Amino acid sequence: MARLSPENEVLARQIIGRYPRSRSALIPLLHVAQEQDGWVTDDAMAHIGELLGLTPAEVLGTCSFYEMFKREPVGTYLVNVCTNISCQLLGGEELLEHVEERLGVKAGATTPDGLFTVEDVECIAACTEAPCLQVNYRYFHRITHAGFDALVDELRAGRLAEEIPPHGTTTRIRQTVPAPRWAGVGAEGLPPEIG
Amino acid sequence: MAVTDAPKIITTRFDLDDGRTLAGYERTGGYESLRAALASSPADVLAEVKAANLQGRGGAGFPAGTKWGFLPADVHPRYLVVNGDESEPGTYKDRLLMERDPHQLIEGVLLASYAVEAKQAFIYVRGEMAVAQERLATALNEAYAAGLVGRDIAGSGWSMDVVLHWGAGAYIVGEETALIESLEGRRGMPRLKPPFFPAVKGLYLQPTIVNNVETLANIPWIVRNGGAAFAGLGTEESAGMRLFALSGHVRNPGVYEVEMGRTTFRDLIEAPVLGGGIRDGGTLKAFIPGGASAPWFYEEHLDLPLSKATVDKAGSMLGSGAVVVMDHTTDAVKACARIVRFFAHESCGKCTPCREGTTWLHQILQRILAGDGRWSDLELLLDVSDNISPGIAWPPRQTTICPLGPSAVSPIASALRRFRPEFEAYIEGGRHAGARPVGVDVLAGVAAG
Repeated sequence: MARLSPENEVLARQIIGRYPRSRSALIPLLHVAQEQDGWVTDDAMAHIGELLGLTPAEVLGTCSFYEMFKREPVGTYLVNVCTNISCQLLGGEELLEHVEERLGVKAGATTPDGLFTVEDVECIAACTEAPCLQVNYRYFHRITHAGFDALVDELRAGRLAEEIPPHGTTTRIRQTVPAPRWAGVGAEGLPPEIG
Repeated sequence: MAVTDAPKIITTRFDLDDGRTLAGYERTGGYESLRAALASSPADVLAEVKAANLQGRGGAGFPAGTKWGFLPADVHPRYLVVNGDESEPGTYKDRLLMERDPHQLIEGVLLASYAVEAKQAFIYVRGEMAVAQERLATALNEAYAAGLVGRDIAGSGWSMDVVLHWGAGAYIVGEETALIESLEGRRGMPRLKPPFFPAVKGLYLQPTIVNNVETLANIPWIVRNGGAAFAGLGTEESAGMRLFALSGHVRNPGVYEVEMGRTTFRDLIEAPVLGGGIRDGGTLKAFIPGGASAPWFYEEHLDLPLSKATVDKAGSMLGSGAVVVMDHTTDAVKACARIVRFFAHESCGKCTPCREGTTWLHQILQRILAGDGRWSDLELLLDVSDNISPGIAWPPRQTTICPLGPSAVSPIASALRRFRPEFEAYIEGGRHAGARPVGVDVLAGVAAG
């Protein structure tokens, strides 16, 4: 259970400064919290509420609406298998069964070693590349059962650490605007020629 | 008809190694449209987009130029919001546009903002698309550093800001007022229209234009080549090129940029350079012409052109450009149930008919599949559907704020009308079949359409 670290609080203030109204930063800040701890803790939500002037209920209200925010720990690798229509037609449900069997847990559960959480997810926009899955939101297209087994071995061996950051990190590159070009609307306000 | 040799518009850099970098983009004509536009007036840019007759590529197909014209005069600040929350089942094209040619989207955003005089734009990328977020962040950082976004763009004196924003997993956020709610940091629940038409009362209750990624990706080409050149592609009713994600049981699933109106579903599915026909020499059972929300089409619809008006008239929609092909091996009940599960899962819960109705529909279909179906379930499916979308007609009527609930009715109406014996077989072989009802055709009403 952790509040945002000092570094992440600085990052949070930068993000807040980008929006005309601070509450717009809520979802991005919940992502920052999840990146820090791997899931969204109550303490982090309380801290975010303080930063945005929101009650804990308001923060939880938004957080609980969105699928990606986990309010309990999940595996280092979140394996999201698509079973929606385009994938279903090409073996997505059988792929999910194979994933469950290979990892020994049903969709929604985490392996005892804390490495993998399996999810049966809705369409992830790779329909022409069915069946597909994501590991921490990185795509694997037209994946076979043998291909998944090989992927698990790679992940267990830590050979994909470069490509696939631990759960919680989505984008590894953030928008950064050099100060003179900064046209945002945060604490500094709009430049007069823009406002 | 045949596959036309019309020029590609928005996929020209997809195969370039450096197409997503600023250098690669500028080497291939990138940001020339922006420089040209800055030398003319916003009204000129708006006029070209209106002349292009560019229909929105997100799903509703509303002309972009007309939408831009709805902004009330002299009300500021006003915002442009980019809908990159692609999640309609079967749809895969906005992610490609964001990953492979992010500068094209950014230039489209700049041109649109210039035309509608917005000073700030937000690009809302779907949360699950980590690579798209990274590519857009990289491209935006490059564009800011090069003076193409931000203060005094390209030395023109015009300034505007683009903020990259990303979601956290919710299909409903693709609906534009739900997208705005989400961008305001709230639960993604649609707003009632009226009064909350975004052009009048949108983000922070200020005038707001919400455009789809693909729609905006077309703008640089339109400004460079003129609206008339774009309108000259396709047909008078459906102009330009469009991306179609062809998935399911075809030899060559893929995302194809084809000329609207002049290309047919048969071309898309069967042409050797496109879908290549049904896999393994199979036969077509059904296809979804425009995403999971769209009523299904069949063999007899193959020769319809990819035109909004024609497809609307035939009882479905081009929607989000997602064509899902099912061959003779497909279990219509399972396919229908999977799509309904999606809508039940994604209902935001704001409107009772959708929240309760989609869940009921899902549960009824699950028990039919599990061998626990009753004969009365077929009537019950239609009764619940009728309460979500009165009359089960097309275009759908709705008892809900947004079209999500009625979308769950499409696969049920389609599958029951066309493949009724498959539903009956599940019930007949199940544990609660009992005697088959005699003389009662529970489907009489819906079968007539």
